[in-house]
Amino acid sequence: MRKAPLLEAMGLTRRYAMRRGFLGRPVEVRAVDGVSLTLERGRTLGLVGESGCGKSTTGRLVLGLEMPDAGSVAFEGQPMPAPGTPPWRAMRARMQMVFQDPLGALDRRMAIGAQIAEPLEIHGIGARRAERMERVAALLRDVGLRPDQAVRYPHELSGGQRQRAVLARALATDPALLVCDEPISALDVSIQAQVMNLLVELQSRLGTAILFVSHDLRAVRQVSHRVAVMYLGRIVEEGEPDAVLHDPAHPYAQALVSAIPHPGRGQRRILLQGDPPNPADRPSGCAFHPRCPVAVAICAKEDPMLKPRPGDGRRVACHVAQGEVPAPSVGRSAAGLNRPAQISKAA
Amino acid sequence: MSEPLVAIRGLAVDFGGAPALRGIDLAIAPGEALGLVGESGCGKSVTWLAALGLLPGRARVSGSVRLAGEEILGAAPAVLDRVRGGRVAMIFQDPASSLNPVHRIGRQVAEALGLHRGLRGVAARAEARRLLDQVGIPDAGRRLDAYPHELSGGQNQRVMIAMALAGQPELLVADEPTTALDVTIQAQILELLGALRRETGMALVLISHDLGVVAETCERVAVMYAGRIVEEARVARLFAAPTHPYTQGLLGALPPLDGPRRPLSAIPGSVPEPNGMPPGCAFAPRCPHAAAACALGVPEAVAVEPDHAAACLRAVRELLPA
Amino acid sequence: MLRFLGFRLLRAAITIVMVVSFAFVVLRLSGDPAQIIMGADAPPEAIAAFRRAWGLEEPLWLQYLRYFGAIFSGDLGRSMRDGREAIALVAERIPATLALTIPALLIKLGIGIPAGITAALHRNSLVDRAVMVLAVAGFTVPSFVLGLLLVLVFAVQLGWLPSGGQESWRHAILPIVTMGVGGAAVLARFTRSAMLEVLGQPYIRTASAKGVPWRAVVWGHALPNAAIPTVTIIGFMVGSLIAGAVVVESVFSWPGVGRLLVVAVANRDLAVVQCILLLVAATMVAANLVVDLLYGALDPRLRQRAG
Repeated sequence: MRKAPLLEAMGLTRRYAMRRGFLGRPVEVRAVDGVSLTLERGRTLGLVGESGCGKSTTGRLVLGLEMPDAGSVAFEGQPMPAPGTPPWRAMRARMQMVFQDPLGALDRRMAIGAQIAEPLEIHGIGARRAERMERVAALLRDVGLRPDQAVRYPHELSGGQRQRAVLARALATDPALLVCDEPISALDVSIQAQVMNLLVELQSRLGTAILFVSHDLRAVRQVSHRVAVMYLGRIVEEGEPDAVLHDPAHPYAQALVSAIPHPGRGQRRILLQGDPPNPADRPSGCAFHPRCPVAVAICAKEDPMLKPRPGDGRRVACHVAQGEVPAPSVGRSAAGLNRPAQISKAA
Repeated sequence: MSEPLVAIRGLAVDFGGAPALRGIDLAIAPGEALGLVGESGCGKSVTWLAALGLLPGRARVSGSVRLAGEEILGAAPAVLDRVRGGRVAMIFQDPASSLNPVHRIGRQVAEALGLHRGLRGVAARAEARRLLDQVGIPDAGRRLDAYPHELSGGQNQRVMIAMALAGQPELLVADEPTTALDVTIQAQILELLGALRRETGMALVLISHDLGVVAETCERVAVMYAGRIVEEARVARLFAAPTHPYTQGLLGALPPLDGPRRPLSAIPGSVPEPNGMPPGCAFAPRCPHAAAACALGVPEAVAVEPDHAAACLRAVRELLPA
Repeated sequence: MLRFLGFRLLRAAITIVMVVSFAFVVLRLSGDPAQIIMGADAPPEAIAAFRRAWGLEEPLWLQYLRYFGAIFSGDLGRSMRDGREAIALVAERIPATLALTIPALLIKLGIGIPAGITAALHRNSLVDRAVMVLAVAGFTVPSFVLGLLLVLVFAVQLGWLPSGGQESWRHAILPIVTMGVGGAAVLARFTRSAMLEVLGQPYIRTASAKGVPWRAVVWGHALPNAAIPTVTIIGFMVGSLIAGAVVVESVFSWPGVGRLLVVAVANRDLAVVQCILLLVAATMVAANLVVDLLYGALDPRLRQRAG
């Protein structure tokens, strides 16, 4: 019998009304536009994309911090209860969030030990104070801090130590799911490695599932079992990290991979034209087509579906990658990275 | 070797007793691209702000910075104003806040043209438009009248580059020019900097925390840690044979793109506070190879090979056959 | 733009209605105008006649409605004290008040802004500290204390200037200085912090890095940005040109709008009080509107949002 996955999101959609200018009529912005994802217990799903692609909003929708306008989230097989109700609160204890800026996430006027104990008190874990203090000490050890650092204030810790404290607080309720929103991008390179190692180690020890939201494909590969690439509120490609990194199928994923700066890499980059698009001004058809080096006529008209590609079953939302249209003159080779930097757009 | 374009000797900076730079020696040849790499607080930006006299008044600066043989450290304001934006231009990390929000783009570019090339009015506007074209801003003529908030981050960084090019500099110092930008935009900007360097023959100093960015854009790299340069080499050599344990640590901390996934060799601990520098080698407390001798004195840079220097006692020891 | 203006005017109207209603309620509940104006020992028949004449025997809500009806038909009422048009009474006092507040405003701007800029440019220097000590002093000492202090020194001790009245321009000096000093202190502090904030911005460093001489950085790049927050406080000062002199006019017995207000409140002379409040509210609202328009002119980011 198939056990329900830990997290199952179906067709999540989140719209905002954005007013352009004081007199402008509100424009509907679809920050997240029909995102479905599945996360098994103890696994990590990496969600990558550039600013404004909806990856952080997806993280908040999954946690129930925001309610979707359409679609549903099921956690441990149960639908998300209405926000603010006791069952919602109980579920929230099972899923926690870690943000980018650890200093902003911590209360500056409170010792970190007290902040780690707070979720224990809120969710009634540990009857006595001594019990809770013991748990705090254990949590600090888990994240690589010393129990005697419980009395420190956030400003007395380094950036890496603060992010460890945030992790300890998130882990206090023994959650089954951690949503980490750019957890390392505010940290220095050497500290990023520490935190990535810690996440992987904690997962193997505690069996926590992680939704790892990041713009950094390298970091995503390092910690994830699967990766989903987002563009303008949709998942455009999904698969094993190595498969997506070594043989990206979607032209956007190809550009993203080729843009990773890497010591000693001789290959030319695929340079995308133009800026990331404005979600309020979503292009017709495939949202990526105005910047796409291999776009053909149908791409401007028809919205491609995310579905397994014939052959290897990679999930990708692209007419060209799916082989539904003849590839343009340049051709889509498996080693798409070797393309010349400038590609004339096919008519 | 020809005379360096910029020669920095013993540059030190102190903010009210907390040292930010502790003796930097660095030379940039005309037309070369040098990467300056290190983590936050290592002094990579301070080096250039100090060299151009852009630090706040409370900073105490000592040492020597020669531009084509002429001392510019502590030079008269009139001299510095001609150097800045003229012979040495600088662009910064956050393009959106680095442009004046109340002035139009065209005016900000034209200001530099007026200062360094004496162009005014219609001539300045025409040249500003050409520069915006050159840095790849679409519809440059109309963009001259735009305000910074009307452009995207990537376009604002292009405007910053156009402004830097206005004085036809011999050296462009780019301080984390892509850190605030999205990955695909970062690629565009790096490509643009490379192309402009080929076109104009200017030298480039690229300050970055990202070894990958530097590797793709530069010929030579200097790695900084806690206010000193700890290793300096040609790019290929540095990545093939990193000698300083800090450089090795930085490379090990970078998640690989292929191969089996295993824990990264993270550098333990964190960067020392400026007013709590350990004695001797500043990296010793985090160094896997640290020995008692490391705490005795600050190691001097030694050439482990021609064009490859490292400031580490182990490097010295390996040079001397036991 | 029109919608923006309409929105602001509606808000202004609501503000004025609330101010006027508040004054009506407070003045009517705190004492009987008939008693106060006719005197405590006036015969009851005289007081009753006075009440009838001014409609004071009607229920409060009816008086209130009547009052508002009159305002909207342009009739601001008459003073209960001498039966003159309230508006004429107030209008003849305005020049005297402006004779104090306009020179005082010039002092505030002329001293406050340069002092604030100088302090910011020489942060932590002796100049900066001196300016800040003076600003804190000028800011914390209430104007009636400062006024009395000035009278004590320049009128009583030195005998250089008159202590009160309105006979010549020399009578205006002490009240103007009293008002100007406090405002200049506020403005200096405000300008200094706005300037410091702007000087720390990356675009100032950019301007220096492209070779703009420091003076030009300050004038061309820092000041236009620092002006944006400073305009708020200047707008407030302009808005209080009419009402800002109540205390000082009382201390120096200067026959302006402020003193008229004090007397009218003491007499529960509703029409006069209301008339002054309307005037004050209207100047405040107008000044605010000008500030909002100025924001748009100074800051292109707001222009887009507002236009």
